[in-house]
Amino acid sequence: MRIHIKNARVVDPASGKDGSGDVFVADGKIVESLKDKAEKVIDAKGLVVAPGFIDLSARLREPGYEYKATLESEMDAAIAGGVTSLACPPDTDPPLDEPGLVDMLRRRAKALSRARVYPVGALTVKLAGEALTEMGQLADAGCVAFSQANAPLADTQVLWRALQYAATFGFPVWLRAEDAWLAKGGVSHDGEVATRLGLPGIPAFAETIALATILELVRATRARVHVCRLSSAGGVELMRRAKEERLPVSCDVGIHHVHLCDMDLGYFDSHCRLEPPLRSQRDRDALARAAADGVVDCLCSDHTPVDEDGKHLPFAQAEPGATGLELLLPLTLKWGQAHGLPLAATLARITSEPARILGVASGRLAAGAPADLVLFDPAAPLKVAAETLKSQGKNTPFLGYELAGRVHATIVAGNVVYES
Amino acid sequence: MQRNPQLNAKGELQHLLSIEGLPREILMQILDTAESFAGVTEREVKKVPLLRGKSVFNLFFEPSTRTRTTFEIAAKRLSADVINLNITVSSATKGESLLDTVANLSAMQADIFVVRHEFSGAPFLIARHVKPHEHVINAGDGRHAHPTQGLLDLFTIRHYKKDFTKLTVAIVGDILHSRVARSLIHGLTTLGAPEVRVIGPQTLLPSGVEALGVRVFHDMRAGVKDADVVVMLRLQNERMKGALLPSAQEFNKHYGLTGDKLALARSDAIVMHPGPMNRGVEIDSTVADGPHSVILPQVTFGIAVRMAVMSIVAGN
Repeated sequence: MRIHIKNARVVDPASGKDGSGDVFVADGKIVESLKDKAEKVIDAKGLVVAPGFIDLSARLREPGYEYKATLESEMDAAIAGGVTSLACPPDTDPPLDEPGLVDMLRRRAKALSRARVYPVGALTVKLAGEALTEMGQLADAGCVAFSQANAPLADTQVLWRALQYAATFGFPVWLRAEDAWLAKGGVSHDGEVATRLGLPGIPAFAETIALATILELVRATRARVHVCRLSSAGGVELMRRAKEERLPVSCDVGIHHVHLCDMDLGYFDSHCRLEPPLRSQRDRDALARAAADGVVDCLCSDHTPVDEDGKHLPFAQAEPGATGLELLLPLTLKWGQAHGLPLAATLARITSEPARILGVASGRLAAGAPADLVLFDPAAPLKVAAETLKSQGKNTPFLGYELAGRVHATIVAGNVVYES
Repeated sequence: MQRNPQLNAKGELQHLLSIEGLPREILMQILDTAESFAGVTEREVKKVPLLRGKSVFNLFFEPSTRTRTTFEIAAKRLSADVINLNITVSSATKGESLLDTVANLSAMQADIFVVRHEFSGAPFLIARHVKPHEHVINAGDGRHAHPTQGLLDLFTIRHYKKDFTKLTVAIVGDILHSRVARSLIHGLTTLGAPEVRVIGPQTLLPSGVEALGVRVFHDMRAGVKDADVVVMLRLQNERMKGALLPSAQEFNKHYGLTGDKLALARSDAIVMHPGPMNRGVEIDSTVADGPHSVILPQVTFGIAVRMAVMSIVAGN
């Protein structure tokens, strides 16, 4: 479809451009100008047009957890949130450890023709942390990286071998940094709040110890590692030094972790039961600053729809995770505003930077790039309510919040897939 | 942050979930009411009709004998009907969810739920979902709180020491896993006790415990020196050896309350223990049965305190 978006505020984080102008789309790509008459003209007065958002972690819950969410419901949530590409972690049931499963997921996602889905394959069979998966065949089936999701990999020997093997073929490995033994049984940040509430804690050094191990193995293997969901100030410092050392590493932070901390658990609010746990105010501030100064490459929703039964439980028993696809934009804007960042720099964390990690051509507005676009009003109020969320998961600590940033339209591969 | 879920719109006690966050006035109201009930328990006819026609459901998701029994006695002395449910062997094993269990009991016209649960915060979850006329009393949740135990400890201390504002209180042993310690610490700091000490090895002290307003001691002799009150905590069997402690004997050597360690406390010091005791582990028999021990009076006071709590919440 030939589309002409006019009168827009055009923001391209990749080039830093932010100004009024027009955007043209033809044959699924962004073009300089249209040779023929546009089939659709969108008057975007008062709206921002930007590359569609790229979310490095969104759980679609298929296969295996369809009672929590389905591909349909979560893909609807994605495009309603302006997310045009998402990477889904392998912690489905069964986990994404066989090419057939990956193939099926991609076909199902493609048939829905909404957001682009990039499956992340399991690093070990059944995510059990023992035997390597057939990474080559999984990559052929469409896996963009390999990961343990939140499953522990306690055996450092297996981790070493996995990184060696992945490095051999140039496969990226995405890892949570959490020492399995130190995290065992813990449900909250080990600190004053956990002590007061009587919750078993996970110390911040569970992250730094595991991260130090990962970085040392990266030095040894030169594997390309993306560290997922950094949660502590100490972790930020280790990443800063690793980047100064020019190790082939990158990292992301979940969008909740730049806004919330363990104090927000209040009276055992199970919506704040997240993996990794919300840590101290000091950790939160360090993460938010690191995302602003670039030590943290990306922000992601870490979208995890959980049904009510999974959250209506005592804190420690409640299933971890929060729904996030539809809140990624407003929460990213809120973070950017708090740090006085220009809009282009703010959006870079959810567009051009994750595109770089994924190695995809989207995430920018250059001619020839895929026409994955979002039109949004950055100032429009958004009241977070269970009824208005498209995701089947209504589990978010932000229920009832008044945020700003509302998506008006989402375009994937030159097709308007969502209009509000 | 939400309003304190224990208080109703008028600031009165709707549920008793934790001592933390309760104003001094409410703690004093409970202790004073308990004082008035202490007389009842010594009468020939040990009953008052305050809760006649009300149903108290003892919902114990974790085994307990002492606490459940004292709640039962307290409810009966208030003339309530008491229903004991040992959930560990009923619904939970059949897969029924906590809130379904509570909803079913609520449909049977409950007035007060007395809840014990192995997971911290469970009574808060229940309190959020019960009907407005129903009340929840926390009888111990995970490591979090055991407010009626904390209150009976406060009652005992006040009974023997009268005034909190000059006291040094030492709490000894497994603070990490202890809901009793957390509740007592909050109570003491709210009522103005100037020095609350916790004593134990690093493995049994939760991180950042100083933020609760306590002084940390690892050396028991230094910690009990000049104390007015020494509170010994129960050390669970499964924690006596492993990664937390090498052995019960070694724990006893360093942190067991023996006559010679107690001699360092003030000469009129009282010794408390929430029970059940491990004699020879955290406390020696000579001390447990000695002149400083107020461990059995604690149990008696516990009934009056639980009567006070039930009558107060039912009246609000």
